[in-house]
Amino acid sequence: MIKVDEKGFYGKFGGAYIPEMLHPNIEELRDNYEQIVATSEFQEEFQSLLRDFVGRPTPLYFAKRMSEKYGAKIYFKREDLCHTGAHKVNNTVGQIILAKKLGKKRIIAETGAGQHGVATATVCALMGMDCTIYMGALDIQRQRPNVERMKILGAKVVPATSGSQTLKDATNEAMRQWINNPVDTHYIIGSVVGPHPYPEMVARFQSVISEEIKKQLLEKEGTENPDIVIACVGGGSNAAGAFYHYYNVPEVRLIAAEAAGLGISSGKSAATTALGTSGILHGSKTLLMQTEDGQVIEPHSISAGLDYPGIGPVHAHLFDIGRGEFVAVEDEDAMKAGIELSRMEGIIPAIETAHAIHALNMITYKKDDIIVINLSGRGDKDLDTYIKWGGY
Amino acid sequence: MNRIHTLFQNKKERALSIYFTAGFPALEDTLPTMQAIEEAGADIIEIGVPYSDPIADGPTIQDSNMIALENGMSLKKLFEQIKDMRQTVSIPVVLMGYLNPIIQYGMEAFLQKCKEVGVDGLILPDLPMQQYLDEFKEMFDQYGLSNTFLISPQTSESRIREIDENSNGFIYMVSSHSITGAKTGISEEQISYFKRVQDMNLKNPRLIGFGISDAETFTTASKYGNGAIIGSAFIKVVKDSKNLNADIKSYIQSVIQ
Ligand SMILES: Cc1ncc(COP(=O)(O)O)c(C=O)c1O
Repeated sequence: MIKVDEKGFYGKFGGAYIPEMLHPNIEELRDNYEQIVATSEFQEEFQSLLRDFVGRPTPLYFAKRMSEKYGAKIYFKREDLCHTGAHKVNNTVGQIILAKKLGKKRIIAETGAGQHGVATATVCALMGMDCTIYMGALDIQRQRPNVERMKILGAKVVPATSGSQTLKDATNEAMRQWINNPVDTHYIIGSVVGPHPYPEMVARFQSVISEEIKKQLLEKEGTENPDIVIACVGGGSNAAGAFYHYYNVPEVRLIAAEAAGLGISSGKSAATTALGTSGILHGSKTLLMQTEDGQVIEPHSISAGLDYPGIGPVHAHLFDIGRGEFVAVEDEDAMKAGIELSRMEGIIPAIETAHAIHALNMITYKKDDIIVINLSGRGDKDLDTYIKWGGY
Repeated sequence: MNRIHTLFQNKKERALSIYFTAGFPALEDTLPTMQAIEEAGADIIEIGVPYSDPIADGPTIQDSNMIALENGMSLKKLFEQIKDMRQTVSIPVVLMGYLNPIIQYGMEAFLQKCKEVGVDGLILPDLPMQQYLDEFKEMFDQYGLSNTFLISPQTSESRIREIDENSNGFIYMVSSHSITGAKTGISEEQISYFKRVQDMNLKNPRLIGFGISDAETFTTASKYGNGAIIGSAFIKVVKDSKNLNADIKSYIQSVIQ
């Protein structure tokens, strides 16, 4: 059974390794979130916002031309059609309602690609809450449109200038600012990372993805279970959402596409399961890329959302017990897959998502297998990167 | 009974603990810095083990960590540098570091090495109390090492009692809602928190840290605790120092007066 235990562990991974200053915040969240989320009041507000504001359910789309090319039945779960352009908003809608119920007045968040930042700024605008987003200085450059969107939505965007100036550093900065403002502030973490209960809480808010896949696939194929589900993994929230209701259905293969950057052995990569070892990052024990001395290695990926040296503890566990299959997709291959999807199906994907598309070329499958690929986001934010790359 | 216990048996007030980052500003400054801290009259030396992602630290200590790592500092290197420290340093020495480098070194090997070189205690800010009790307390006891927990203005009374019960050395009172180096000066609100904890009559001595930088803040903090800890302000002193020994002494003496 894939299930978090009461101390927040999935097998060997998870927990809450946090400075004592954050103990009251984490305890408050841990002691209250399940109960709040279980109330009908919360569920009504959450479900109605997912429907009327986010635009759920998102379609499960049969990709005819790509199915022919790959010789399988390929479906796309269209999270790119969510309001704000990615799956991230499923989680921020859930957490903002929770923050309100906990009486919080301010929201902080980290962001890599800017999708989580935009999704957070969006729900803060919706609820009239003060919003500050921490973002690596490098990511501020490469995801410009999202930075401006956050500002238009009324959020303050603060650059994180330490380390590689990407997602890891933005997360460090958000944690520091939570320590500085512990009483009135809620930290909306954007992936299935961080101290317990965040990984499970975020996964639950994202689990609507696989909940819908089951229903939609039943209608289209007469079965709830595909043969294969594929998703990209940065911290792992869209993958956790797409895998959630299949964790304990062993006949469904779960494929996670991580970012190999310039190549696994190039020294410029974010292939966490390929290169990582067990350690502690951002409050949980997980697999992470680190030196022998336990210093975290600066990752690299062309996609800001996958440019992270760790992985959510649930994914470390899926890897550890062999329940998940992990592939590492190089920058160049992901870019080409993004173009392929654009040309064959008329969908320009986020570069994170393009990693999941390329995974089709890296796995084995049988003819006519049903494969669901989670299209985590659209490519609008990545136009600069597509243009700079230029191979189209 | 280690040097920390002996210190607080003899000195109940105005104990001064100085935090510095190992291998900073230059790799081989570790031991000379410790010697100067002792000669200047401070009571405890806190050696910061540098880490790439120090989430409880502000810019000053973040920078010192980065520079120390660039200089080539590591736990292995640190243990080499301080292997004979007890020939020249007699006051208590505490290592302060984030958990990940220690776990990679191996907790038991680390504690054994601490004992061997004469370290007296540890401050591991991201090791939660429960985890310590479940996994490591026996080992700490076996090697005679004190473990220091942090408390903050948000820590509940019952949690402070629990921490007091499970500490044996001193308690690190974080003076405000903040990471290191964020604020200077001491407000009325902080003083009422100091008093609240003082009135709890804990069994462990309390050192107040974060935001302590000079004689005035040291004296104020010492009124409500058994002493104080200086970190970021000390890092700023050594950062641009041309004469480490003299600058450390004149700074510490200006604080103690
Ligand atoms: C479109 C898209 N997909 C995937 C990710 C990666 O995050 P996660 O692994 O949490 O799904 C991001 C992150 O920014 C994203 O924007």
